[in-house]
Amino acid sequence: MNNEKKIIFTDNSKIVIEALTEAGADVFIGYPITPANLLYHYASQRFPVFMAAPDEITTLQWMAGFSSVGKIPVTATSFPGFALMVESINMAYMMELPMVIILVQRLGPATGTATTGAQGDLLLLNGMISGGMSIATFNYSDEFDCWNISAKAVEFAVKHRTPVVILTSKEEMMTKKSLDLNLLPFISKYKREFYNSAETYIPYKPEKNLVPAFLPIDNEQHQVRITASTHNMRGIIQNSTLEAMNNSKRLHFKNLRNIEDYVYYDLDDIPDAKTIIVSYGITSDAVKEAVINLRKEGKKISHLIAKTLLPIPKKYYEILDKFETIIIAEENLTGQYKQVLYGSNPQTNIISITDFGKMINPAAITKQASNYV
Amino acid sequence: MSRKFLEDGELPYCKGCGHSLVANNIDIALQKNNYSILDIIIVTDIGCHGIIDKSFKTHTIHGLHGRSVALASGISAGTSNPKKKVIVLVGDGGATIGMQHIIDAAHNNFNITVIVHNNMLYGMTGGQPSEFTPYGFKTTTTPEGTNRNGYDLCKLAAIAGASFVSRVIGNVDFSDVLSKAFAAKGFSLVEVMEICPSYGVKANPGMKLKNILDAAGLEVKTFVNKETRSFETNIRTNVKRLLNDNENIPVKYKSNIDKPVNILISGSAGEGVQSAAEIFAKAAVSSGLNVSKKGNYPVTVGVGFSSSDIIISPEEILFTGTKDPDIIIITSKEGLDYSSAIIKNSDKGIIFYDSSVSMPETKATLIKYDFRKRVPAKNVSLYALLYYVDYSKVFPLDAVIETLKNDKLSSKLELNKLLDFS
Ligand SMILES: Cc1ncc(C[n+]2csc(CCOP(=O)(O)OP(=O)(O)O)c2C)c(N)n1
Ligand code: SF4
Repeated sequence: MNNEKKIIFTDNSKIVIEALTEAGADVFIGYPITPANLLYHYASQRFPVFMAAPDEITTLQWMAGFSSVGKIPVTATSFPGFALMVESINMAYMMELPMVIILVQRLGPATGTATTGAQGDLLLLNGMISGGMSIATFNYSDEFDCWNISAKAVEFAVKHRTPVVILTSKEEMMTKKSLDLNLLPFISKYKREFYNSAETYIPYKPEKNLVPAFLPIDNEQHQVRITASTHNMRGIIQNSTLEAMNNSKRLHFKNLRNIEDYVYYDLDDIPDAKTIIVSYGITSDAVKEAVINLRKEGKKISHLIAKTLLPIPKKYYEILDKFETIIIAEENLTGQYKQVLYGSNPQTNIISITDFGKMINPAAITKQASNYV
Repeated sequence: MSRKFLEDGELPYCKGCGHSLVANNIDIALQKNNYSILDIIIVTDIGCHGIIDKSFKTHTIHGLHGRSVALASGISAGTSNPKKKVIVLVGDGGATIGMQHIIDAAHNNFNITVIVHNNMLYGMTGGQPSEFTPYGFKTTTTPEGTNRNGYDLCKLAAIAGASFVSRVIGNVDFSDVLSKAFAAKGFSLVEVMEICPSYGVKANPGMKLKNILDAAGLEVKTFVNKETRSFETNIRTNVKRLLNDNENIPVKYKSNIDKPVNILISGSAGEGVQSAAEIFAKAAVSSGLNVSKKGNYPVTVGVGFSSSDIIISPEEILFTGTKDPDIIIITSKEGLDYSSAIIKNSDKGIIFYDSSVSMPETKATLIKYDFRKRVPAKNVSLYALLYYVDYSKVFPLDAVIETLKNDKLSSKLELNKLLDFS
């Protein structure tokens, strides 16, 4: 890395698309929607294959098709489109087809306000897979995450044969900032391995870390069976045999087990702090400013930025359990990550700072948090 | 002919179900066309017809109700192996809920063959009518018979652009038609008319398939058989990186500000708010500052307000949203309306505003100027920002001028007018 700065003025959408392709994602399929349009636009210039689907269900189905022949597809959408994708994401999850879905949050319900950001879709993701199973969900807190975590999301999806969601929001994808390109580390393309034994291929036989080996469905050597219905290891539909049930449960435990190797967070911890603020995504910068303000006032407060959101890494509880008061700041009405972390009737030391319809201001966080420090 | 692509033994359907004949005809047709077993990728929908996967020795993939054609389109567009034959098995139910995918696949001419098992009802869920149930045909929930005709799927697929479309009655050997469909380049569709013994026959005792089709005007024939260009995936090998060195903004100027300045410029759509903010921001970067720019506008970008939050700072910028701005620039009435709450609450800022708007009560310092009278409306935002740079000296005016000269906007601008603040 040379020392000279290479400053550009860019939105994060560009950084995300560049990182995904560097990591090996090779197909983008999408249907335009604000505020994911910049991602769509850059993808149309950067991905080796770019396809404009006629809707979001088709988007996900085409992606599954590409994934089944060994490609690594990506899409980007917002709630209205994501809602249409949910059944198909379940399909890809059950089929164990890698892909990356970027959900750029905007203000709901329904069409809501397309040009206003929000953090309102986390609970949807937490229960999106029927059966309550977990799906790996990452998010960004700054431009460096947009670079590094995008690449890791591709890696996680491919390595573990699973769809992965990246949760972000309007301002994160559209606001422009100055950035020194030299601060972005090199991303090496993920080296993918396909099944390459002469023995009969068993498409859902768990190997290392509960992940079955992958073989494209257009290969010449072995029969490949892929299915989204409850199935045994050979991919044959079965109602509820023990083998089939174990296979379905494995999907959940596969994510739960493997997320522990992909736990990304920033912890700004100071000695003797008894209160911690948790944030993710767009609210993190505001919390960083609030923490600076609070410390200037002599208040002892720590800050955890969660970047691996779901399934919840064990590490987060290890960190949080040491604090007397836990404040969770997020841009939605009801405190969604609070509910994910601590349920809908949390103890009184679990505090929510929320706002709806606008970014939470550092001053508001400073004021509310100072009541608990 | 003995089976090659199907396993030996019973097929998984009710006795007498037309779906069995379809499976057997597929095997015969594939043999006629000399395919090898692993050349074939069978994509099945949800419905009785879709429980066939385990009977095929080929590659199989079984997805969602109605989405099989879209899934198959993705497989076909994704494979780089031209030998592969992608075949979709779908019912009239799947064709109902997923009709758009069929039209779309025909329109794109994806290289797939779709075999529609049209038994005129939803077999798997208990015999309810589909959008393809013909007039008068009785189903479990329409014991009087449906009161309108179903779609003619073959006509729809033909109009949409399919290469090969045919309707057959599924009680004879129709493997020759399937064989032609498999051989066709691009999108081919065969609609097989059948009766479901468990629900269809029970609800319509003694009814003849031929009579039903005649009454509904559904012709049994080949609708299209043409040589066309099938879909080809455009794989680009020479894509350029997005984060290019040529976007690099060299730092050539200096700024004397020692703390962040929050600027809100608020005006009307179509008056260059966002592009002016971008020029300003880049000029700040070339003056060694950290910069962020956030846009605010309604979904219809061409009407109403348009505003931008810009932060220029010698330090790292964290929160990029609207805070209590140090500088507010208002160039139009729409801009004022959007920002009026911020203006009323401002007690420390400076507000530059166009003389055409009337300012609400505020503790901020007010500076009025004839922005709109002096330059065309489309340049008013840029002019106001230049005015602010000249007034405040946050960074040299030359930084903006150089940024402007490197911008595609520059040819359309009269710089001397934009720099005249007399
Ligand atoms: C999204 C969705 N809606 C409804 C269903 C329930 N469902 C399963 S099969 C089916 C209809 C099957 O009819 P058809 O496609 O004609 O196939 P057949 O059973 O007659 O072979 C329906 C409605 C489903 N699986 N998915
Ligand atoms: S219910 Fe009807 S369509 Fe389904 S298998 Fe039985 S006969 Fe065939």
